[in-house]
Amino acid sequence: MKLKIKYFGMLTEITQCTEEEIPLLKGKVQDVIRFLIHKYPLLENRDFKIAQNQIVVSNQATLTSEEIALLPPFSGG
Amino acid sequence: MNHRYSRHIALSEIGIEGQQKLTNARVLVVGAGGLGCPILQYLTAAGIGKIGIIDFDKIEISNLQRQILFDEKTIGENKALIAKKKLERLNGSIEIKAYPEQLTYQNAINYFKEYDIIVDGTDNFETRYLINDAAILTDKPLVYGAIYKFEGQVAVFNYKGGPSYRCLFPSPPKGEAIPNCNDLGVLGVLPGIIGTMQANEVLKIILGFGTVLSGKLLCYDALQMQIHTMILQKSITEINKIKSKREEFSRNKFSNELCNKNAPTIHIKEALLRNNIQLIDVRESHEMPFIKGDNILNISLKELKENLSKIQANKEVMIFCQSGYRSKKAVEILNKEGIYNCWSIEESAIEIANVLADNKLEINNKIDEKI
Repeated sequence: MKLKIKYFGMLTEITQCTEEEIPLLKGKVQDVIRFLIHKYPLLENRDFKIAQNQIVVSNQATLTSEEIALLPPFSGG
Repeated sequence: MNHRYSRHIALSEIGIEGQQKLTNARVLVVGAGGLGCPILQYLTAAGIGKIGIIDFDKIEISNLQRQILFDEKTIGENKALIAKKKLERLNGSIEIKAYPEQLTYQNAINYFKEYDIIVDGTDNFETRYLINDAAILTDKPLVYGAIYKFEGQVAVFNYKGGPSYRCLFPSPPKGEAIPNCNDLGVLGVLPGIIGTMQANEVLKIILGFGTVLSGKLLCYDALQMQIHTMILQKSITEINKIKSKREEFSRNKFSNELCNKNAPTIHIKEALLRNNIQLIDVRESHEMPFIKGDNILNISLKELKENLSKIQANKEVMIFCQSGYRSKKAVEILNKEGIYNCWSIEESAIEIANVLADNKLEINNKIDEKI
């Protein structure tokens, strides 16, 4: 089993992809963030919220799903 | 009226009764740019009875690629005033009010009270948080839209006790300031699509049909032509934090969280009492009120780094902007460049202009002494 990660907005400029799969992790949402920051160190300086199975959750939430999305704030208009 | 709106009235879901609801509605659109133009055009065409437009900015040629209410003849004019003029030609039977000024902590609450729905068409985090907080304090639904290159976000906040923008992003980004469309580039049709979605949410709120995009964040990707809708949770803590600061709000104490908390601040009157000062206005050259003087340098925030040589290091540098946000950023930039004797003036540009007018003689004398 794999964990599907989706990236939005300016985060795709760091990851160079809009989605990818990583090994399935157990634990909390913040464990996924830690894994991704290790893979993409530049993510550490970015603000984003996590949606798990399309529900926005806190970093303390338990990992339950197979799909995680990283949502940065947009300011343009 | 019936003939103009006959295609609305023909819809059994709207009918004459629904059209009357649109006539009775009052909608305030903050920002008449990429998002604001299509929002305003559709709301005007739909016959919203009262529409407010706030924008302090002037039209530039690079806006015409996406800001569809403007044309080559209107370059250099104020966006809110030209939008009003253009929209009145589209629909002369509604009331359109233009506010050619910046939304501030001082005026937001009073303006919001005059309307039923607030629409966010701005291009910076500072104003987005201000709009969100003022919408909470006045209990108005907020139709939010934001764009980045080829992607957009849409949501309805503060609708019937639903989540607010702060429930999603509690505080403004701490990282490097994210540039706006002018600096970054944006696909011209994108704000058209996102703005039209916002107009659609406004109509749904007024007409009371369909499912309002409350408690959700719609993420649109124009390149992949995909939409993802994320579910948001309400954070009572975040909302109560705003409600508890009602008193501080109009006194502009809020904006501090957006910027460098360590930037030293000073009151304008106190700054003028110092002996050896240089005033720097970091606003864009078109921002009102114009504040000019021998002792005042006008360098916009984005040009500050390239103009360090103009700053007299032997003086105490007093920086101001429209509301106190950019001036703190400027202090941060100067500190990084090794210039430490600088302060951010707490008062807004309008207040500073008044104080300077009262003190004109004194300031001139002080400069003469030093020169």
